[in-house]
Amino acid sequence: MKIKALSRSTASQQAPGTSVVRQQRNLDPSQHPFERAREYTRALNAIKMERMFAAPFLGQMGDGHVDGVYSMAKDPGSLERFASGSGDGVVKVWDLTTREEIWNTQAHENMIKGVCWTPERKLLSCASDKTIKLWDPYNTTSEAPPITSYLGSSAFTGVTHHRTSPSFAASSSVISIYDLSRPSSSPSQTLHWPTSVDTITSVAFNQTETSILGSTAIDRSVILYDLRTSSPVHKMTLKLASNAIAWNPMEAFNFAVANEDHNAYIFDMRKTDRALNVLKDHVAAVMDIEFSPTGEELVTASYDRTIRLWDRARGHSRDIYHTKRMQRVFSAKFTPDNKYVLSGSDDGNVRLWRAKASDRSGVKSARQRSKLEYDQALIKRYSHMPEIRRIKRQRHLPKPIKKAGEIKREELNAIKRREENVRKHTKKEDLKSRQNEREKMILAREQ
Amino acid sequence: MADSGSKQAVMTAEDRAAKQRLIEAQKAYGRGKAVSTKAIRNKKLRSTLQAQEAKQKQAVLQAKDSEILLEHDAGFLEPEGELERTYKVRQDEIKESVGIETAKKGFELRLNDFGPYRADYTRNGRNLLLAGRKGHVATMDWRDGKLGCELNLNETVRDARWLHNNQFFAVAQKKYVYIYDHQGTELHCLSKHLEPLYLEFLPYHYLLASVGISGYLKYTDTSIGQTVAELPTRLGRPTALCQNPHNAILHVGHQNGTVTLWSPNSQTALVKAMVHKGPVRSLAIDRQGRYMVSTGQDQRMNVWDIRMFREVHSYSTYQPGASVAISDRGLTAVGWGTQVSVWRGLFDAALADQGKVDSPYMAWGGDGQRIENMRWCPYEDILGVTHDQGFASILVPGAGEPNFDSLEANPYENAHQRQEAEVHSLLTKLQPDMISLDPDVIGKLDTISDKKRQEERNPDHKPQDHMEKLKNRGRGRNSALRKYLRKKGRGNVIDEKRLKAEALRKEHAERHKNKLRQEREELGPALGRFAKKDS
Repeated sequence: MKIKALSRSTASQQAPGTSVVRQQRNLDPSQHPFERAREYTRALNAIKMERMFAAPFLGQMGDGHVDGVYSMAKDPGSLERFASGSGDGVVKVWDLTTREEIWNTQAHENMIKGVCWTPERKLLSCASDKTIKLWDPYNTTSEAPPITSYLGSSAFTGVTHHRTSPSFAASSSVISIYDLSRPSSSPSQTLHWPTSVDTITSVAFNQTETSILGSTAIDRSVILYDLRTSSPVHKMTLKLASNAIAWNPMEAFNFAVANEDHNAYIFDMRKTDRALNVLKDHVAAVMDIEFSPTGEELVTASYDRTIRLWDRARGHSRDIYHTKRMQRVFSAKFTPDNKYVLSGSDDGNVRLWRAKASDRSGVKSARQRSKLEYDQALIKRYSHMPEIRRIKRQRHLPKPIKKAGEIKREELNAIKRREENVRKHTKKEDLKSRQNEREKMILAREQ
Repeated sequence: MADSGSKQAVMTAEDRAAKQRLIEAQKAYGRGKAVSTKAIRNKKLRSTLQAQEAKQKQAVLQAKDSEILLEHDAGFLEPEGELERTYKVRQDEIKESVGIETAKKGFELRLNDFGPYRADYTRNGRNLLLAGRKGHVATMDWRDGKLGCELNLNETVRDARWLHNNQFFAVAQKKYVYIYDHQGTELHCLSKHLEPLYLEFLPYHYLLASVGISGYLKYTDTSIGQTVAELPTRLGRPTALCQNPHNAILHVGHQNGTVTLWSPNSQTALVKAMVHKGPVRSLAIDRQGRYMVSTGQDQRMNVWDIRMFREVHSYSTYQPGASVAISDRGLTAVGWGTQVSVWRGLFDAALADQGKVDSPYMAWGGDGQRIENMRWCPYEDILGVTHDQGFASILVPGAGEPNFDSLEANPYENAHQRQEAEVHSLLTKLQPDMISLDPDVIGKLDTISDKKRQEERNPDHKPQDHMEKLKNRGRGRNSALRKYLRKKGRGNVIDEKRLKAEALRKEHAERHKNKLRQEREELGPALGRFAKKDS
């Protein structure tokens, strides 16, 4: 008779004299019952932990401004410097790592509408006192005089620098292109749509397709210009005016506009008959919008005292940030490392937020990292389960915003209901097809 | 030409080997059928699913590859000549031919005063709990022969169970269930569990279940101490209790030969099956939750396929089997009278649709000790047998799972590992409402159509009455009712629907008869014979 019985020596599991214990694995499914249910429970724990650790607010920059912060600009050549301009004409430059102010000046007499860095790390600021000034925060002390000033004929509303050539565009009722390499203080060329006379509210150079320029104006138009032909190329009129325009840094032909109708729109400049996406969640006008450096996400600042973070491909926001003391938010920016978000609001503070609310900076061990990755994979896998979706979406909102959201939903439903009722009682031959939500806001397009 | 042909032949042989390997891997580690992506029109969905399928395939193959890391092989008992029989091998012969360390695992404890005993091993098989009917309870680390604690409770003890690890155990005493810690300190008295007969612990749900004399099945969550469910079986004093380790459903055996299946989410039994002609004596379910083996007072041992609820085989025992237990590798031990016989391949035979297994694999006993209860020691080739005079640990080669997973249950764990495992298992504790017949139901696609779901959501929706449909449709030979009775009403299944249909049929016939009579009366005796018969 051949006989063999199981025998394992204890020493094979833990060598004598060591504290290292062997982990033996067996992947046989029958040794791991309830694997689905346990995995789901782990996913539930993971999403709960994520919400528990969500602490988006990091702090404010120094002591902030005395007046509201209406414009911000990050230095494209540095991970840690950015500038902010406030309502009383003061420009401040901040250091992100220490969160301290490192340079400031009383730049203008009036509200600063735009700041922008040049590739040489000089700072441009424009204000409603009809001037644009060039500063050198890196090499001068605070309160130093400007390097150059440019005098315009009307109040400036925005400024943006070309990616490579030493020229910048400033917007008033026209777009004026200035050349930094020339001593003259008059614009080298001006661009405007032949029929439009209203104030342009924002202007932005495309940083990839560098001679393309976009602007938004009070007359509800979004206009694209081409510097190579020095002419406006395309104009579209939306239902309400837009407040800001931002180009996607990765997909050069896509841009987003922040609109007064509480929505933000992403357009493809090659095909503007419909929006690529409509970002709906704010309950007041969207004041500023920016793509993340990866081009995958967006941040919007709104008049409803919140900032929201969006996934480019989704219609609703991924997260909403607010604090008790934050007033109307007029500008929001991603930091160049994609990890943080900056917001400048009416109360004069510049606030620093995490781009991912539950993320923690600092060195993580390999095990911790793999655990976090595993958790994310689990959440993704079970994100369709109602409990997980509920926890993932749940946010505590300030009462006025929640209320406003409810009222808005009610109103929109009422409009929709009314339209449907009209359709029900319209003859079939008079019935127009329903308008697509992504095409609704476009009133007219001109080439 | 010939060269290319031979090259192709080599390729195909390789391909065939790879394919064979994939099939084997799928069989062992696969998680269901692959999704066919060819018919999917949506490009994005198709590519996502294809990527997922590829990942799945790779994972399965890698799992198969990782088998070379498994260290131990299962034990065996093989006859060398034609005349040798494995069931004739005695314990002392086995002990002679295995190593000293292994031989030491077979031992006997003489405990004459407080028996009959019941036993339980912890989930990692390291600790043993013995409970004598007359109140003697003892725990021990049986490998080292170290006594953990010893209690004399001075009242009837009917069952005892380890909880999630070797720190706590529950004892079903005369009136209530009590929980003790590893030192024997009484921690809790579960006064809701009245007069408990059998205990069962569901380790992944942290549920302690008991059935009492009154027939109530009660669940208590041992991590938070709350009663989860109290379910009336309404079939008198239960005679057996066991859990399905695959889906955490509890099987309760009854006096009338039925076995009922329970989950804490339903006040009625999920399934009722007539398993024996007399009272059920004992139940056991295999690790994968496929087969149930039951013994009854009718001197039968029945093998049931619990996925189909069908009896596969029925074996006879010379005396009613008092206890039955299934090991990790599918060995079935049956204790009848003073004997224990171990069967091998009961389920494989059922699977291959072969006949019954001829003879048992091993046998033990016959020394006048009435067998009370048996437990397989997890991850060892050990069967713990309790009888009226104590406890015997017998060696059964080939019973235990050779390769354990230390993240699941570790026989060699130290205190720190035990604590870690406790925290992790508490974090992944499953909720009682997740217990259902299909344990993988979570995250599965619900294939009910959207239309049906909308209908169900509608508060004005009335469920469709099938009988209403049959009632007034058509006459003559092919009426809906006749068709129904012809097609569906013939089988052995007598359910409510069929009874209703038959009653309806009778009513129709009666009505027809009355109509005919009335017509005949109207026409008078002379013309009555011309009344139309089938209308």
